[in-house]
Amino acid sequence: MHKLYTWVFEPGFFSNAPVHVAALIGGVVAVVSAVVGVFTVIRGQSFGGHALGDVSAAGGSGALLIGLNPLLGFVGLGIAGGGVMDMIGVRRVRGRDLATGIVLGAAIGLSALFLYLDSTAGATTGATQQILFGSIFTIPSATIPFVAIFSVISLASITAGWRPLLLSTVSTDIAAARGVPVRLVGLLYMLALAVSVGLSSLAVGAILSTALLIGPAAAALRLTRRVGWALAVAGLIGVGATWLGILLAYDSYYWGSGHQGLPVSFFIVAVIFTTYLLSGLPPRASRRGAAPPGLTRQRGAALPGARSEERGTSDEGRGKAAR
Amino acid sequence: MDQASDGAVAPQILDVSGVSVSLSGRRILDHVSFTVGAGQFTGLIGPNGAGKTTLLRVILGLQRPTDGQVTIQGRPRSHRNQSIGYVPQKVLLDPDMPLRARDLVALGLDGHRFGIRLRSKERNQAVREMLHAVDADRFADARVGNLSGGEQQRVLIAHALISRPKLLLLDEPLANLDIRSGQEIISLLARIAREQQIAVLLSAHEMNPLLPVMDHVVYLAAGRAASGPTAEVIRAEVLSSLYGHHVDVLHVRGRVLVVAGPASGEGADLTADHAVEAG
Repeated sequence: MHKLYTWVFEPGFFSNAPVHVAALIGGVVAVVSAVVGVFTVIRGQSFGGHALGDVSAAGGSGALLIGLNPLLGFVGLGIAGGGVMDMIGVRRVRGRDLATGIVLGAAIGLSALFLYLDSTAGATTGATQQILFGSIFTIPSATIPFVAIFSVISLASITAGWRPLLLSTVSTDIAAARGVPVRLVGLLYMLALAVSVGLSSLAVGAILSTALLIGPAAAALRLTRRVGWALAVAGLIGVGATWLGILLAYDSYYWGSGHQGLPVSFFIVAVIFTTYLLSGLPPRASRRGAAPPGLTRQRGAALPGARSEERGTSDEGRGKAAR
Repeated sequence: MDQASDGAVAPQILDVSGVSVSLSGRRILDHVSFTVGAGQFTGLIGPNGAGKTTLLRVILGLQRPTDGQVTIQGRPRSHRNQSIGYVPQKVLLDPDMPLRARDLVALGLDGHRFGIRLRSKERNQAVREMLHAVDADRFADARVGNLSGGEQQRVLIAHALISRPKLLLLDEPLANLDIRSGQEIISLLARIAREQQIAVLLSAHEMNPLLPVMDHVVYLAAGRAASGPTAEVIRAEVLSSLYGHHVDVLHVRGRVLVVAGPASGEGADLTADHAVEAG
């Protein structure tokens, strides 16, 4: 029993300070990414989220260059990039592709410059790895307050815009006709997205931030029918994958004889990807699949439990109404 | 002045008066005027490109008219008008959208409000009753993206009606439905208009499915409109003057066909029609 325990949790895992910081920051960032990620997937802006990751890379590498905390660079330039994308026209479906592509290209160009200067001017040869692919075990604990503040900003934006965001995702025309300030709501979402991408750039690297944003949300959307449940499941998947990734990376130091730990980001993303593949297995997922439109009724009928239960409650409601 | 006409038959809900819209130099709508009363089922009929969607967007306040005005229940329309329910033409409900039919209907109550919603028995009850009213309780818990076109229309109508609007606008609701689903939606709308005294204005490029229930018609062609009780508007004289060339209105076993007349030699007829209408 003890042997199995030490095989799963290699010595020192629970007493290691960098592991504590990584688990705390990773957990919080995973929750924020999951919440924003669900809205990103249903709004069809995954690619925009990825472009903001590239913008974050430019921000993070720029921040390193002038001696700032990379997180400030990730988030700061991310917000600016989100603003530019909105200006170019991320709201229109056609404009969205264009805005994303242009911002993405400019950002990668800047990253190329900053990362080159980082690794030649400074002594930090690991800058490229740290910015692009993350280095969660080396995050100083002084970063924690920033993570807390940014998480609150991102979650507060989503909470504030919750219903108008859903309504304008269903139809911007309906939302606008109801008096929803559609543009403002879009900007609020963009702010939440930019901040959350900055946070996940810190955890898994700017390039991989999309994986933490989209993966858990996409898997959760395959498994649930309601926004609230999708958020909860996405959060669980994100936190679980992050913590499991941290554990595997820690253990990897003891694998073989080379005593060389493997990157955490690889493990986190591998767990997320595997979870996404597995989420396609339950039968419910096939309901959403490629069945022809004519079969929708039969597909609906695949939910006998939900239906009969509903019939009961609505009969009750009818009875009340009649009385 | 309004009070006088209010008392007459049905209280007037919508008054469109002299509305014109020009977009980048092109005249989309040209002095369109009509009224819709409570409980009336009005068809907004016209070929594709006649300006139906633009007209609906003007009524909704999504498009500013170049000229003319829209009043709703006697008041100029304000931007946040809760008294209009709207079902737009293209609502792409993706299967990925984590919304059940009942969630989408609930958004009709408070989707424009900021912040999250707290649980409320009254709201759940209102949603159940609305779903029942459009005969959608069967699929209340299914994801909206998994429903058929007709089922989605019912849910969108429930979404539009739950805030108890006085006016319901629908843009081409029959466009993607099979004939039977279309008929079901039309009789549902006619029943709702009658029972709840809601003014229904529905756009369609084909009027025949609407004939059994359509009391009034607004016929739109090339940006101009003729309106009134269906039998008075769907006549060769009226439609010919609207189109600017001779058309025939043929009645075939309860259906109506509007057919363009011969290209030449009808000039005399046309002026005669004008005279008839002016008189």
